[in-house]
Amino acid sequence: MKLNKLEDSKLLNNNPIGRYIKRNMGILIGLAVLIIIMTFASPYFMSTKNFSNVLRQATSNALLAYALTYVLIIGNIDLTVGSMVGIGSVLVATFIAVFGLPFFPALLLTIFFGCVIGFINGFIVSNTVMPPYIITLAMQNILRGFAYLISGGVAIKVSNQAFYDFGNEYILGIPIPVVVFAIIGIILSIVLERTVFGRHMIAVGGNIEAARYAGINIKKIKTIGYIISGALAALAGVIVASRVYSGQPTAGDGFESDAIAAAVLGGTSFNGGRGSIGGTIIGILIIAIVANGLNLLEVPYYWQTVVKGLVIMLAVYYDTEKQRRTAG
Amino acid sequence: MQEDNKYVLEMQGINLSFFGVQILHDVELKVKAGEVHALLGENGAGKSSLMKILNGAYRADSGTIILDGKKVNITSPKVAKRHGINFMHQEILVVNTMTVAENIFLGEEVAKTKFSFLNKKQMLEKTQELLDELGLNLRADQEVGGLSVAQQQMLEIARALAFDAKVIVMDEPTSSLTEKEVDVLFQQILKIKERGITVIYISHRLNEIMTICDSYSVLRDGHYVGSNKVAGATDDEIVTMMVGRQIEHMYIEDRLYGEETVLEFRNVCNRYLHNVSFSLKKGEILGFAGLVGAGRTEMARALFGIDPIESGEILINGKVVNIRKPADAIRLGVGLVPEDRKKQGLILVHSVAYNLSLLVLNQFIKGIRVDHKKETEIVDKYSHSLTIKMSSPAQRCVNLSGGNQQKVVISKWLASNPQILILDEPTRGIDVGTKSDIYHLINKLAKQGIAVIVISSEMPEIINLSSRVVTMYEGNVTGILDTREEELTQEKLMWMISGGKQ
Repeated sequence: MKLNKLEDSKLLNNNPIGRYIKRNMGILIGLAVLIIIMTFASPYFMSTKNFSNVLRQATSNALLAYALTYVLIIGNIDLTVGSMVGIGSVLVATFIAVFGLPFFPALLLTIFFGCVIGFINGFIVSNTVMPPYIITLAMQNILRGFAYLISGGVAIKVSNQAFYDFGNEYILGIPIPVVVFAIIGIILSIVLERTVFGRHMIAVGGNIEAARYAGINIKKIKTIGYIISGALAALAGVIVASRVYSGQPTAGDGFESDAIAAAVLGGTSFNGGRGSIGGTIIGILIIAIVANGLNLLEVPYYWQTVVKGLVIMLAVYYDTEKQRRTAG
Repeated sequence: MQEDNKYVLEMQGINLSFFGVQILHDVELKVKAGEVHALLGENGAGKSSLMKILNGAYRADSGTIILDGKKVNITSPKVAKRHGINFMHQEILVVNTMTVAENIFLGEEVAKTKFSFLNKKQMLEKTQELLDELGLNLRADQEVGGLSVAQQQMLEIARALAFDAKVIVMDEPTSSLTEKEVDVLFQQILKIKERGITVIYISHRLNEIMTICDSYSVLRDGHYVGSNKVAGATDDEIVTMMVGRQIEHMYIEDRLYGEETVLEFRNVCNRYLHNVSFSLKKGEILGFAGLVGAGRTEMARALFGIDPIESGEILINGKVVNIRKPADAIRLGVGLVPEDRKKQGLILVHSVAYNLSLLVLNQFIKGIRVDHKKETEIVDKYSHSLTIKMSSPAQRCVNLSGGNQQKVVISKWLASNPQILILDEPTRGIDVGTKSDIYHLINKLAKQGIAVIVISSEMPEIINLSSRVVTMYEGNVTGILDTREEELTQEKLMWMISGGKQ
């Protein structure tokens, strides 16, 4: 009862922050509980350094979670993002170390490559009846294969100051990747909430027939969604490479499951038509804090994987139950 | 041209064919400005196809559409909308995860350019204004998923009105509304009329046509039959125009009556059914007539345990039974040949043999031992006695004709030796030759002592197959007709399934 009253109060309805809290009430409470537990469980948890760390480590996952948020809202899925991190990391390193390109053009070329792969995914999804799950699963393998082929299966070492700074320096005391993560989050959120394109994404995922009858170009919306996803994943690959000064063909392996988990935890529906970047950010924080917490508590890595799996299952259960209740 | 001006919409000489099959022959439709015009016809008469041409979903092979005296070329739903032609679909097309305002402006969002930010405030205000004007008790920022069907429908009307509609087409708008909600809808239609907007109203329910419509046009078998004013017309005239032909008694020579009661419904209620009572005798064919959504399929689903009953009793062979799931029904000897054989009746990608034997696997598989001889025997028996046309039992069902697919579904149930067999729309989408095959088969089954229920929307089918007919309307049984006591006529049935009393 108290919660209901809180939800109806003017305070929560009349300003953006209030609406944000209202919209994500459940998961915010989850995040708060998690933070409280961790604060008591580990003396190292509540420190600026640790938080800065958590955020930096969360960045690459965050970009992929953004990507999945977009694709899931349209009612599709993109399993290529993990492999895209791998090949993105190898490509940017190759452009710099082998072709001698400066960092910035290398970055743009890598993102462009992500767009091209996104376009191919989107084109196949919208012009065939193959399930997106299978198409992007196949593409995942293809990309990983090329990551090994290009790199010869070994790390490509890079010595380039700008490249190094991108992953490891600070702006106003904030790690650059975190700045990137924040800026892109704001842009994506505005596009989703405040533009015609964002509306159309939700419509396509929410009821494809209604969207068709409203004259929306469904193929275009889907394809653009995949292009954005590809670009974000390639950018994540650059950040990962920059963190370790080298292109790693194995980078990003399995990252797609964390990304899906973060998006779904944040209220993005597996069935499409619902989701927000703001919610996804909370999802990302929860996943990052769980991983960080398990690390601080010295839980073996393999157990962390088990816990992550359970978190995904819980998130999807919560999502489908919520949908069933609103439907009934 | 002068006198044509009074028509807001004229469709002339419309022809449409698919794969060489002519669906519409030189159809015309003339609708005056500001009237409510009923478009009538039996299932398959071509109403939906004609409207899909108006909507831009289909392209006519030939013919012209004149709107406000000007010839228009409608190539897509978007173009239709731009011309002021709006649709209220039978299945409501809204995005549940969006708000009322977002749905109303879907595809027509207010923003300076394609790439600027949305003007949310303006959309919300305009929507709220419209909702208030229509007297709808809705908030513009409410999510649509939480609205009732009737409210969602009102939303579709609002959507049409938001963009200067000239014509609103309503396809069976009341099919899922309660009586009270129908009244509200009719009030809205009157308001729409006052604005000078034209409504094309598609419905099977004669009482609704009589209440709300000004004039009507009738289609039959893809031909235009005629049109007239509703005032002064009688139900009989309209029904005769729709039905047109004499009912042929070519189907069945002998009617089959039974004495021994196999199944009885006593005041059965659930979400869809209200106090449904009837009995079914061994060896008879009991027809179920009604409009789409009248509760016929829902009766079958209740009996089969898909939507279990909430109150009342079902008796089989005089004993009260508790059917909570299909397995219970099958165990009690109930078979259901469902409405949509492709989705509910068959595993299309599998073979005839696989599908046919699905219910009787325990007859030839014991543990891990598969008795292939027995399997072949079962498959042969039914595929022969039902004359299923197939290359071999290994042929995949997806490659069979509709009629042969239906025979596979029926065989599947026969193999399980049912005492009660329900056939829901057994000849939908099946060609005439195979239809008569299926009629004879149904007759044969009843003769063998199976109690048969046939649910059908095709009047001739009901009239010619059934020994008794149950009519349903909005979840209620409105009458039970016995061919021993009175002759079944299409007019009589039409009257009763439209909510009239016996």
